[in-house]
Amino acid sequence: MDILYKIFIDPFMQMGAAPDLLVQALWEGLVGGVLYALIALGFVLIFKASGVFNFAQGIMMVFAALTLVGLYEWMARHGVPAPAAIALVLTIGVMYVLAVSIEKFVLRPLVNQPDIILFMATFGLTFVLVGLGELIFGGEPKQMITEQLWLPKGSIDMKILGGLVSLQKIDIAAAVIASAMVAGLAVFFQSTRIGRALRAVADDHQAALSVGISLNQIWVIVWFTAGIVALATGIMWGARSDVSFALEIIALKALPVLILGGFTSIPGAIVGGLIIGVGEKLGEFYWGPLLGGGIESWLAYFIALAFLLFRPQGLFGEKIIERI
Amino acid sequence: MKIRTLALATAAGVALATALPVAASAQDAIYVPLFTYRTGAFAGSGIPIANGMSDYLNMLNERDGGIGGVKLLIEECETGYDTKKGVECYEQVKGKNPVITSPYSTGITLQLIPKAAVDKIPMLSMAYGLSASADGNIFPWIFNPPATYWDGASVFIKHVADKEGGLDKLKGKKIGLIHLDAPFGKEPITLLEKLAKDYGFELKLYPVAAAEMQNQSALWLGVRRDRPDWIYLQGWGAMNPTAVKEAAKVNFPMEKLVGVWWAGGDDDARAGADQAKGYKSLSFHAAGAEFPVIKDIQKFVVEKGKSQVDKAKVGENLYNRGVYNSMLIAEAIRNAQKITGKKAVTGEDVRRGMESLEISEARLKELGMEGFAAPVKISCSDHNGHHKVYVASWDGQKWTKGSDWMEPMKDKVRPLLEEAAKDYADKNAGWPKRTEACDKAS
Repeated sequence: MDILYKIFIDPFMQMGAAPDLLVQALWEGLVGGVLYALIALGFVLIFKASGVFNFAQGIMMVFAALTLVGLYEWMARHGVPAPAAIALVLTIGVMYVLAVSIEKFVLRPLVNQPDIILFMATFGLTFVLVGLGELIFGGEPKQMITEQLWLPKGSIDMKILGGLVSLQKIDIAAAVIASAMVAGLAVFFQSTRIGRALRAVADDHQAALSVGISLNQIWVIVWFTAGIVALATGIMWGARSDVSFALEIIALKALPVLILGGFTSIPGAIVGGLIIGVGEKLGEFYWGPLLGGGIESWLAYFIALAFLLFRPQGLFGEKIIERI
Repeated sequence: MKIRTLALATAAGVALATALPVAASAQDAIYVPLFTYRTGAFAGSGIPIANGMSDYLNMLNERDGGIGGVKLLIEECETGYDTKKGVECYEQVKGKNPVITSPYSTGITLQLIPKAAVDKIPMLSMAYGLSASADGNIFPWIFNPPATYWDGASVFIKHVADKEGGLDKLKGKKIGLIHLDAPFGKEPITLLEKLAKDYGFELKLYPVAAAEMQNQSALWLGVRRDRPDWIYLQGWGAMNPTAVKEAAKVNFPMEKLVGVWWAGGDDDARAGADQAKGYKSLSFHAAGAEFPVIKDIQKFVVEKGKSQVDKAKVGENLYNRGVYNSMLIAEAIRNAQKITGKKAVTGEDVRRGMESLEISEARLKELGMEGFAAPVKISCSDHNGHHKVYVASWDGQKWTKGSDWMEPMKDKVRPLLEEAAKDYADKNAGWPKRTEACDKAS
């Protein structure tokens, strides 16, 4: 009986007794969720356009953040004016060059190959980017240049609900930027000519080619867009800790989000991210102590799998109907 | 036919060329492999240590021509802090007659402990690894000076008691342990549970999975709810700067957050900017570049471009940790030469050298390490020494000495440790009884 009480009653009693902590946990979950959604978005973009699960998305995030900070440090050392702004522009340029290179040297030779071949190619790409990143920037952690990028610092502390709710300004900025990016990408996919072409490529490479859509151009655009998303994600996660290769691990958090939201849906990535973010924070905070803590790493997968029992295609994934 | 002959000749040539340095190493040099991690998720902590380790040994080669006139053959093997890769490194180096191994990972150490006695290669797990391996009667090939994780945890509790007004004031206090959810992170739990029982404080555990190192907000929300009076941080890699940042975020008093010695990297504290001021970490050596030994490293290695270190980072806390690690290796080799009268010592000789090692204040001065570390003495039965540790404090720019040298609670640690060592031997059927003779102290 005691265990049932601890599982089904006590957590809700705690929520009622300290509503400020509940609000804080919800906020942390929402911020985490938005950031997960941003990572998942990078995966979704590429999956939509090429049907490939891009294993390299995590390292792209690290590479983008390292490039930004590395360029900034170099320019600051050499007295270049406005180093942060220039570093940001140059990093975007680097992500574009990366997208073109990936299209030319990885994807183009593999057109019409089975998806698993492309998937394995992204494994190779991961190791290339890890090596390149370590060669250029070294393995030592770097500090994210949040202030230089005009991102706010400090917190907004509110004495409400009989306690304190603290909102970090950087988290608010992360939520705003992520929301704006998600909205922009949704409009881009749904309402622009390139967006429609991109969806056509995702449906069928050969059919898209037959109506005059340039596969190469679309792939460059989509990998470049995923690179920009990786940069934004790297800045936000880097600000929470530091910029190092450990950030790559965080990208794996996008997997349960994708399982939940579906691999092809932008709204799915967002809703999935929020559900996973809030679910794991509440789970860890209220139910974690029952299991000795540290349940976040598997709870996200548990939540995703529980949803899959009812919707195998994910919340917003396309239902696959095969007629025999 | 000609092509086949050519191919065979080439293959034989390559095989010979590969084998030659190994053969040469056995005769003309002392082979010291260094297991390092300059890549991967834990590189932030691994790089400064790797630099310190290799720079000290290189300095001995450059300045003194090695040890006792014999050059050191130094070779790094990249483990990425991955146990599997670490074991691969061991298999790779063991055929080259290493005189000692230094895995630099508790996970790798645990895997290699049973191999050390079989392969006759002593292992130094300096202030990490299995605490129980300090019992030389059961682990004659393993050495973990100058202090075990249990010593560290006991010094932390003594520090808390000092600040709270005595050990009796610990009753009713709440002490949190934030730890990496891995063998390294879990090591101090046994001792802290015992001390919690003895002194009446409540121990709260906060495990951090490796995948969540940079995602600790829920954990720190738990800290806010539980309101521990003090927190001990048994963290590594990216876990540490994240913890320092999160502590600042939830306004946890920084002077009550104390890291184990591995949570004392300059980058760990620097990440918290001004808010990290007052953060503490245990240490068993000094930080800073003002010591003669560090100046020699700068002169003979760094200035000559023979190091991978960023010049500005020479003397940082984890860099000096690497220097200290290599100093222990070098002194064990020197002692082995003295005991055996041989120049090119073997693994078995260095085991004896390590087991009878005594580094006095006078010897530290000779080494250019006066004030750098406390004297070290290892014996046949005690492979650790349970030496003094101090609490370092981050002043916003650098680590400073925040307390006097403090003795660990040896009376609490040693019986528990001997029990754990016996338990280890019992659980590992066929664990060999010690047959190695003891030498007198150096």
